[in-house]
Amino acid sequence: MTENATQQESTKHPIAIELKEMHKWYGDFHVLKNINLTIKRGERIIICGPSGCGKSTLIRCMNRLEVHQQGEIWVDGIELDDDLKHIEKIRRDIGMVFQQFNLFPHLTVLENCCLAPIWVLKKPKKEAEDTAMHYLERVKIPDQADKYPGQLSGGQQQRVAIARSLCMNPNIMLFDEPTSALDPEMIKEVLDVMVDLANEGMTMLCVTHEMGFAKSVADRVIFMDSGEIIEENDPESFFSNPQSDRTKLFLSQIL
Amino acid sequence: MIVHTPHPDLPPPSTSVGFIGWLRNNLFSSPINSLFTLAAMYLLYQLLPPFFNWAFFDANWIGDTKEACTNDGACWVFIRVRFNQFMFGFYPPSQYWRVISAFLLFGGLIAYLLIDGLPKKAWIAAFTILGYPVAAYVLFYGGFFGLPVVETYRWGGLMLTLILSTVGMFFALPAGIVLALGRQSVMPVARSLSIVFIELWRGVPLITVLFMSSVMLPLFIPENVRIDKLIRALIGISMFQSAYMAEVVRGGLQALPKGQNEAAEALGLSYWQSMYLIVLPQALKTVIPGIVNTFIELFKDTSLVMIIGLFDLLSIIQSSFTDAKWLGFSVEGYVFAGLVYWIFCFSMSQYSQHLERKLHTGHKR
Repeated sequence: MTENATQQESTKHPIAIELKEMHKWYGDFHVLKNINLTIKRGERIIICGPSGCGKSTLIRCMNRLEVHQQGEIWVDGIELDDDLKHIEKIRRDIGMVFQQFNLFPHLTVLENCCLAPIWVLKKPKKEAEDTAMHYLERVKIPDQADKYPGQLSGGQQQRVAIARSLCMNPNIMLFDEPTSALDPEMIKEVLDVMVDLANEGMTMLCVTHEMGFAKSVADRVIFMDSGEIIEENDPESFFSNPQSDRTKLFLSQIL
Repeated sequence: MIVHTPHPDLPPPSTSVGFIGWLRNNLFSSPINSLFTLAAMYLLYQLLPPFFNWAFFDANWIGDTKEACTNDGACWVFIRVRFNQFMFGFYPPSQYWRVISAFLLFGGLIAYLLIDGLPKKAWIAAFTILGYPVAAYVLFYGGFFGLPVVETYRWGGLMLTLILSTVGMFFALPAGIVLALGRQSVMPVARSLSIVFIELWRGVPLITVLFMSSVMLPLFIPENVRIDKLIRALIGISMFQSAYMAEVVRGGLQALPKGQNEAAEALGLSYWQSMYLIVLPQALKTVIPGIVNTFIELFKDTSLVMIIGLFDLLSIIQSSFTDAKWLGFSVEGYVFAGLVYWIFCFSMSQYSQHLERKLHTGHKR
């Protein structure tokens, strides 16, 4: 039934996210310059670039954690503007995973997952818990449900964070450097969950430096520098045949 | 090639555990530490025996008048004779049961709420907040159900101290939370109002506040409106302490990582939902020591009401020193006052530590 609903949505809005001539400033600093980007439903996009290039800010604009000052952002056919109703609707549709996990440390894993479904979607407690257990099983940690986040490893915490977002049944998932705060041994367990999610057709935007992950799942790779999109291409061409000198320099340094 | 064989766990050396280990680690870990330990022991040896002799072994316990105090030690007879007044002020003795039952009821409700794992706590909490103040008013003041009215000028002693501090805490914590949220608000009006309120009340000494409420305020309000002196003191204390509480709570709000708010927003929680469910539970938990500190301060600061002529515990004890029949027992009076204040403050501090341990969920950042 859930899949049907998602499919209906997708027939309604084949475009998941659209940014038109979007600009953002922090005070006088022009962080994002004239961003034009269209993300189709089911697309998996990787955003990379040097630190401070505005890639995190870009995806944080898409659910209004940051406010853009000029241009338009459309999510599932709704414009993201000052209207609180629109913001509310869009945040329900978009799940987000952070670099620092941002689990709620005073709540158990299960409570973390049930909180938003109960308070935002007004689901009954039992139903919310069933959904939560379902997603905790999918990220392979149902046995940790009654622990507090502080008792889990970084990789486990990040998987809980992913499950927590999925419990809201989002159409789009944003990942803001999900593996950057993790030890090498834990990166794989988080990436495996993300690959599964990608294979199921979730629309994903991922800011990451995991180029192996980019190669294996991305439909498109976007390279940013100084607040602008420098280059976008399919992963094959992006890695083997970068067009701009800035991209070549970046790739030579990280690969 | 090196083959690894697991090393078995061995017991620690006997000098690092048990009583000897504790002594070595805590009292004699270095020459300077040993020196301090010995000096402190000598100091205690000099101070404690004389104090115990005065307070217990040579003290006078029995009798009704000053003449009964024949030993060198403390004259506790004075405290015993005056005890009811120290507890109830000038409340009519035939009505003491009303005060006692009001406090017993309060103690019972609080104990019920503090003991873990009892059922229907929400109802008891609701009654404590909504129903109990009415019940307490009826019992203390009277005028209903045939209870004779006892005017507030007759209230005094420990009873008055407890009323002032309980009401002060009851208003200061919620008001402080609202002010702290207001000060962090993005709405300019709410923010400015909170800042003005906090800085105004925090910048004025409590004595001034009480003095103004008692002497200046009546000059500004119409003559036929008479606000009880106790009510004015209560309002003054509540305002003053909410400003302090607001800054304590703000400290907790600022200590919370920004990511907590962002995660709540990204999940679609509204401002009030994320405050209630995510931000406040964590912020208040981190500032439990600060909140209890403010409560303890409030409890002791209530003794300042003596300057507006209310007889709280300390001022009623002080006024008893001028009784011609009992001249010269101020030391006993002050020791008793100190002991009573200490018992209440120490209990609050112990409970706060228990609460910190209970709410700790293993997320040291």
